[in-house]
Amino acid sequence: MEGSAILAEIPRLRRYARAMLGDRAAADDLVQDTLERAWSRLQQWRPGSDLRAWLFGIMHNLRVDQLRRPRLPTHSIDEDDFEVPTRATQTDDLELRDIETALNHLPDEQREILLLLALEEMSYAEIASTLGIPVGTVMSRLSRGRERLRLIMNGQQPGARLKAVR
Amino acid sequence: MNKLPITEADLHAWVDAALPLVRRGEVEDYLAAQPDEAGRVHAYLAQKEAIRSVFNPVLDEPLPESLRALAAPPPTASAEPPRRPWLPRWSLQRVAAGFVIALVSGLAGWMAHDRYPAAESLARTSPLSLPRQAAVAHAVFSPDVRRPVEVSAEHEDQLVAWLSKRLGTPVRPPKLGALGFDLIGGRLLPGNVGPVAQFMYQDATGQRLTLYVSTENTANRDTAFRFAQEGQVNVFYWIDGKFGYALSAGIDKDKLALVATAVYDQIDHK
Repeated sequence: MEGSAILAEIPRLRRYARAMLGDRAAADDLVQDTLERAWSRLQQWRPGSDLRAWLFGIMHNLRVDQLRRPRLPTHSIDEDDFEVPTRATQTDDLELRDIETALNHLPDEQREILLLLALEEMSYAEIASTLGIPVGTVMSRLSRGRERLRLIMNGQQPGARLKAVR
Repeated sequence: MNKLPITEADLHAWVDAALPLVRRGEVEDYLAAQPDEAGRVHAYLAQKEAIRSVFNPVLDEPLPESLRALAAPPPTASAEPPRRPWLPRWSLQRVAAGFVIALVSGLAGWMAHDRYPAAESLARTSPLSLPRQAAVAHAVFSPDVRRPVEVSAEHEDQLVAWLSKRLGTPVRPPKLGALGFDLIGGRLLPGNVGPVAQFMYQDATGQRLTLYVSTENTANRDTAFRFAQEGQVNVFYWIDGKFGYALSAGIDKDKLALVATAVYDQIDHK
């Protein structure tokens, strides 16, 4: 494994983690954990296969593990409202930060698909393989995620006041 | 000709440019006839673009040292004994890895090409797609009261800088005030293979006009003004170098021709 190949993927891993978690420090921690796990499992990487997809798969699994750890049984989505958007002072982004807030209202399983499509430009099949789910599941989560995001952006906030049981 | 019904999955695949050319055309026909669905689908496109706009800057942030260090195997993670005896093999591995990376990149490029052949050939051989796209974009965004544009004309400098950066070439909205149309603002839209820009204008009566600017023309064949009618929308369009321009509005052809001439006169022709 060439270190420079890994190095080249770090900015993309950071971008995705930032979008997924919202918080810069938490995102970089996740990237760090991902890289450490990647090095420790290097023998599992099949040379010639897609390094990026492999790294994103590791990151996804780490994230799933994190969420499975013992924690309060419910998580109020409203709590996300208190995560102040980090770019609030950047006026040239105008209303763009709306999307950040809105994304926070999506379930992880929907948000990750929207992000892999928009940021990584993965195909549906690549997403299915990275996340370890069938393509049909990708499509249904995509459909629900996009529609939910649209309603939130329109100010309709579907289910935003509900509690999500994880 | 029997067409399969348009499914929800088709609409998403259209958003993600994952459809073959023929199916893409069928979806566009469907959207042209279903304004509500077109609005929904364009909202999805706008989501995708907004996600990129918000998070792409992360790519340019300097890497924290803690992460940069992990581009090499951490000492704790290395299960192997000291590496020095392995030096020759390691070098060989590097060469092999480099070869693999080159191969993977090449393959990815080739596959990407294979994924978008329809779009490319559409842009190359069929300038007719330009007025169709422009008219759909006009029909979707110009009636929008709350948010007709992404960046408003009061931030024109930012608008110009942003769109020029995203299109990879300077673009600037022409001034049409003499004809009674003032710039409201603009937005970025997906074209066949990359981003395109839309500028929106409005006159005193609230009549809106959009100028659609694509940089996807690869035919290098300039054209004269052409006219197309897509439903209620009249479109003048022309190709100028790599640029395709399409001016759309629900106003009559003669008046639109005047505006088109004014736009043409203000554009640098290279």
